[in-house]
Amino acid sequence: MKHTLWIAGLVMLLSACGETPQTLGAGKLDVAPYNGTGKSYANQDWKQGDKTSWASHMKARTQRGQDDYSRMN
Amino acid sequence: MARMKFVCDTERCIECNGCVTACKNEHEVPWGVNRRRVVTLNDGVPGERSISVACMHCSDAPCMAVCPVNCFYRTDEGVVLHDKDVCIGCGYCSYACPFGAPQFPSQGTFGVRGKMDKCTFCAGGPEANGSQAEFEKYGRNRLAEGKLPVCAEMCSTKALIAGDGDVLSDIFRNRVLRRGKGAEVWGWGTAYGSRQVGTPTVAAPKGAKS
Repeated sequence: MKHTLWIAGLVMLLSACGETPQTLGAGKLDVAPYNGTGKSYANQDWKQGDKTSWASHMKARTQRGQDDYSRMN
Repeated sequence: MARMKFVCDTERCIECNGCVTACKNEHEVPWGVNRRRVVTLNDGVPGERSISVACMHCSDAPCMAVCPVNCFYRTDEGVVLHDKDVCIGCGYCSYACPFGAPQFPSQGTFGVRGKMDKCTFCAGGPEANGSQAEFEKYGRNRLAEGKLPVCAEMCSTKALIAGDGDVLSDIFRNRVLRRGKGAEVWGWGTAYGSRQVGTPTVAAPKGAKS
């Protein structure tokens, strides 16, 4: 009994000596923008979570909002 | 999906600093940090030119190459972002960047240099999209809202344009063709092909790069 207690105490003491992992690199993985924010104030012209819908919407927005020639003609 | 890019048309930029203001307001960027700024060459001289500069989200980013803690990452859309929880504020990236994009807040205790801050292409950071934590560290995530960077969308003359690189190059080529000049600049042939309409008719001297 005394022997077991001694080992348990030793394990508890040594557990504090463990090191936290120190892996190199960005810790968190980013979520792709096409997944959306889940919030209602996002643009409604695409379906949140749909990659193809997001990509085509962004292309259209780039063209529509920034190309004066196609916007005015 | 092509890569997200910025293009600033120096023929259109009027140095209004609307892009700078919009960026600071949208992301609540602190004093002393400018993610975007307007640089003017030959100020006050006829023919002066202004260009809006921020992180160009390089395809082979030198900041990523020199970072000792590897805090940078590139998204599938080609946006270069970083993790502020990993950044140690050493400043190597600011020496490596040819555009001066990395910024450091200087309001830390004892004047210590804080975590690096830079343009995110309005794509936030590694925190959950649209979360409060993401906003506080990196600003708004407009891409996840289906919007483009606010600096470009706010630009009154549409000098600064942002978005899919293929669409941007089409827009810019169309402008150059319509204004009838600009195709003679260095790099036009590389970007659009030497046989493009708008290429100057005068043959370039032998050995000259286009």
